Amino acid sequence: MKRTIELNGNRYDMPAEVGNVQELLGHLELAERIVIVEMNRDILAKDAYDLPINDRDQIEIIHFVGGG
Amino acid sequence: MSERYSRQELFAPIGEDGQKKIRTASVFILGAGALGSSGAEMLVRAGVGRVTIVDRDIIEWTNLHRQQLYTEQDVIEQLPKAVAAEKRLTAINSDVAITGIVVDVTSQNVLDLMADHDLVLDATDNIETRLLANDAALKLGIPFFMGACVGSYGLTFPIGIQDNQPCLHCLLETLPSQTLTCDTVGVISPIVVTTAARQVADVLKYITGTPFEPKLESADLWTGNRASIGVSSMKKAGCPSCSKNAVYPFLSAHESMKTAVLCGRDTVQLSFPKGRKFELLPFAESIRGTVSKLIHNPHLVACEYSGHRIVLFRDGRMLVHGTKDVVTAKKIAARLLG
Repeated sequence: MKRTIELNGNRYDMPAEVGNVQELLGHLELAERIVIVEMNRDILAKDAYDLPINDRDQIEIIHFVGGG
Repeated sequence: MSERYSRQELFAPIGEDGQKKIRTASVFILGAGALGSSGAEMLVRAGVGRVTIVDRDIIEWTNLHRQQLYTEQDVIEQLPKAVAAEKRLTAINSDVAITGIVVDVTSQNVLDLMADHDLVLDATDNIETRLLANDAALKLGIPFFMGACVGSYGLTFPIGIQDNQPCLHCLLETLPSQTLTCDTVGVISPIVVTTAARQVADVLKYITGTPFEPKLESADLWTGNRASIGVSSMKKAGCPSCSKNAVYPFLSAHESMKTAVLCGRDTVQLSFPKGRKFELLPFAESIRGTVSKLIHNPHLVACEYSGHRIVLFRDGRMLVHGTKDVVTAKKIAARLLG
């Protein structure tokens, strides 16, 4: 089933192979980064990254970077 | 009343009262690179009372596309960023007492450097130094306005604004083994200015006593992605940096020769133990026959040696350009310094 979510303020069509938050981080090449993930206004603990992503979910991801 | 700040005072949330508070504020700026240049210029133009800006590095050609305080002449003269920043900022606004300090901020000196300031603006280029500054600001009881950017992406988080908010250490459970740096993915100036602008807006709100909720925010100017997360639930009751029983772990690192690979290019920095003093002129004379393109000024000695550019600062640091290999850098230091 096609799922469209809101990711960091933008409409985002979920790739079929991405089922949960961990897989989304992998798809976005953020799996190795330090990230903070908010899903539908709640911050997700690391052990909740296996939560499935559903149509119309709102997800915000902020990753830490070094530069400045 | 001076006309100088009239347009800023006309902005109702600041007003004349807010401007008076801005005039008495003292700001510590940690880093005089991209974010430091941009944030410092905004705060100095806004008319803060006092600015201390610290940096360990010299100005490079690769800095000029985004580090707005600096000129080609600064690169030719190989000026330290803190020296050139002080000069340029003073020319922008002589009302402001500006002190540039050429120094590597470490656990040994951070508290002394930051003391007697009202707040800290983050403009460093690595997470380790941010955690050090986070601890120092918490210990001193002053807010720390975090900011970081690479590529077209930046993030900000003001710390120490509310008692019940998390600190940077609460958010970072583990130190990342690898972070994105200007060295690996580059950086464009619009995200520098955007990130610094968000930091400075929060600084002005804080100085003028305007309540605001500290949020973790990010923006990517290329993709249009943006995020704003209220992270208050992430405060950790037993955080070693911000709980009642805080031990400020990053302030207690032991002293030794430290090495770092700098963000933005192939450069290793060697920091010699404090006891080692460097006399620049005798050092320059001692290597005159060994090296090429020798330059020395009151702040540093620079030269080229075996394909690397070398800079030795008076405070006991050496930059070895053209390598990311710490061992290579130490070998070169040993060859020139013994």
